[in-house]
Amino acid sequence: MKSYAKLSDIQADLRAGQITCRQLVAFYLEQIAATKHLNAYIEVYADEALQRAQSLDERYATDPASAGRLYGMVISIKDVICYKDHQVTGGSHILEGFTSLFSATAVERLLAEGAIIIGRTNCDEFAMGSTNETSYYGPTKNAADPSRIPGGSSGGAAVAVQAGTCLAALGSDTGGSVRQPAAFCGVIGLKPTYGRISRHGLLAYGSSFDQIGVFSHSIQDAALLLEIMAGADEYDSTAGRRPVPAYSQRLSFDRRARIAYLPEALEHPSLDPGVRQACLQFLEKLTGAGHIVEPVSFEWLDYIIPAYYVLTTAEASSNLARYDGIRYGYRSADAHNLEAAYRKSRSEGFGAEAKRRIMLGAFVLSAGYYDAYYAKAQQVRRLIRDTTLDILSKYDFIFMPTAPNVAWPLGETIDDPVAMYLADIFTVQANMAGIPAIALPAGNHPDNGLPIGVQLMGAPFEEEALLAFSKQIVP
Amino acid sequence: MKIDQQLISRLEQLTRLELTEAEKFRLEGDLNNILAMVERLQSLDTTGVEPLAYINDEGENTWREDEVQNQADREEALKNAPDRDEHYFRTLKVIDL
Repeated sequence: MKSYAKLSDIQADLRAGQITCRQLVAFYLEQIAATKHLNAYIEVYADEALQRAQSLDERYATDPASAGRLYGMVISIKDVICYKDHQVTGGSHILEGFTSLFSATAVERLLAEGAIIIGRTNCDEFAMGSTNETSYYGPTKNAADPSRIPGGSSGGAAVAVQAGTCLAALGSDTGGSVRQPAAFCGVIGLKPTYGRISRHGLLAYGSSFDQIGVFSHSIQDAALLLEIMAGADEYDSTAGRRPVPAYSQRLSFDRRARIAYLPEALEHPSLDPGVRQACLQFLEKLTGAGHIVEPVSFEWLDYIIPAYYVLTTAEASSNLARYDGIRYGYRSADAHNLEAAYRKSRSEGFGAEAKRRIMLGAFVLSAGYYDAYYAKAQQVRRLIRDTTLDILSKYDFIFMPTAPNVAWPLGETIDDPVAMYLADIFTVQANMAGIPAIALPAGNHPDNGLPIGVQLMGAPFEEEALLAFSKQIVP
Repeated sequence: MKIDQQLISRLEQLTRLELTEAEKFRLEGDLNNILAMVERLQSLDTTGVEPLAYINDEGENTWREDEVQNQADREEALKNAPDRDEHYFRTLKVIDL
């Protein structure tokens, strides 16, 4: 079977009777088996996916409309997204064997339109990491070079799409966890506006940052998946209540765009020269196409990461307090009273990065340090958010590299968390401001041939323009 | 700000974590490195800036009727329990007598 890059091609072949959905799933299962060494999946739902495909094929044969708008969409979900009666572990030992009682709203909506979930993908523990190496289930490897990281935290999701084991993947993005691995793996990664997609059924890490996002090969698929998943949800009061545009039907962009780029970013000492070159070429291409590209100063760039790690670790220490080994999850066999059960279960269940962030979060929230760290970081977040929105009131989009470099070798940052944190410098701004952002493939590095990604950010709830404009660039 | 072993013991207590000596030693270094990076925030004058806590400011709170909904039945709720009897979660002794 040929490999497909977008759902409309699959659906055309399904309509023409050239393939069946069952054959398509069988094809993807072969791809999964052939790329097993990349460790992209923690669990594959082979039999179940084949059965569901068959029943969708039967439904389609009697009444094509009843198979749903996502008939032929084979998708993977990151191991932080709940799927009823399936395991979800957050890439952690502490949830090993945990079976979800319900499905995330995003998953419910995809299933209702005929999507097939083929498996759950590997990720950094509780989405905490930029390399996929903090997973209890071992690192995922980049299909472009298996000696390198895929990025993180949704590294398994990115590789699942990169290696052609599914058409699209759901990830989550707290500080770049969809966009950075998308860039490192040469695929499209969309992080919608905070609250555009309900967080119900997404394991919480940093609740004021977390957002479900999409990996795909085409803008059309990202737009259609967003359109189906987005919108108000009675189970998440922070989900935006604004109407959801038919993004997939509104992908034409026929005006001159105004694009701001930040000189502080393009001149940043951490930016690799080859990545910088790709960014400049991308901007030249936009100028050449008649768009307005202008530098806009952004004085907060080097404050983003410090503020982000104070706020997200604080939220993480609160969110991860629920894992106590009493009602679900791992319980240590060594404990002889309740207090010890908490301590030993958590200490044996969490990995090093989760412990680091829990401890740091507890510190910045503790008496005597709260104002100096946590409240201060919240103030800085306002400065960053307000300045970002101010730029977006004058420009359609902000341009950024996605990451300062290409995928680095496995193990390189494992002993240096600060170096790993700083590599999120260009993606975190969108989460700090709650705005939508997309990572787009921008060729390969001149020296090592690895994928490079660029990034566009838009105003809150303006995914329509962001996707339509991106479609001009990645047709 | 300097993190020392005394503060790490206090954080262990707050977070219900119990670290090995090697982990504590490692963490002291890591947290000090991270705080050195975070220290940059102190140089910004944020006088009068309101802390930002809620990102999606669509205005009003979201209300619903106070009716019981979205319940799990007992067997469902107990199915992930590390230890249980027929009707309840079993925990370890709460008070040592």
